[in-house]
Amino acid sequence: MTMTFWFGVIMASIGISIIIAILRASLGPTAFDRVLAVNTIGTLVVLSICVYGFFDGRPEFLDIAVLYALINFIGTIAILKFFRHGTLGDHLPPEDKHDG
Amino acid sequence: MGDEMIMLIDMARQIIGIGALLLGSLAILIGAIGLLRLGDVYQRMHGAGIVDSGGAGLVLLGLLLLAPDWTVAVRIGLIGALLIMTSPTATHAIARAARFAGVEPILSTDKKDKEG
Repeated sequence: MTMTFWFGVIMASIGISIIIAILRASLGPTAFDRVLAVNTIGTLVVLSICVYGFFDGRPEFLDIAVLYALINFIGTIAILKFFRHGTLGDHLPPEDKHDG
Repeated sequence: MGDEMIMLIDMARQIIGIGALLLGSLAILIGAIGLLRLGDVYQRMHGAGIVDSGGAGLVLLGLLLLAPDWTVAVRIGLIGALLIMTSPTATHAIARAARFAGVEPILSTDKKDKEG
């Protein structure tokens, strides 16, 4: 069993999981199911970038994975904030400025 | 004697690393199936949590054991620390937003009410 075989097994399982998560993101009854599935897809893409760059002998890909993890988190928080307020925070409606 | 020892440690490192990678991909598959099949937003968060903690943790641990260089190991550790900090925060934000928007969780008493 060479290293390439295990690499294929791991990438295949990550790919199947991404397809399942895309299925959930397209089926999801509420918007929060979709956000959860997109967040999971982001985590899986970070892992697949790591594994690909690692086994391809190009560890520069790991820097891209760091950036992707940060952008994934910020994107999830931004989408949730947009659902909640209708804006991204520049014009908050006055009734939402509660203390606590 | 020193060379044999180093070769033995290298072999053990590779075997444990590939084992952790395979366990991690199993956890990723289980979490994705849970994300598809469970019945509620809050239950599906359980599947997403398996992917975020077990899957990502074991895959990154396996890559860390297989790392050829210390710079690669530092970057993998950075990605792991970032995922550990951000993914529970994102899941908590999703749960709070869903609760605030009025999505009711499925409770065991609901089924009893429906039956009786």
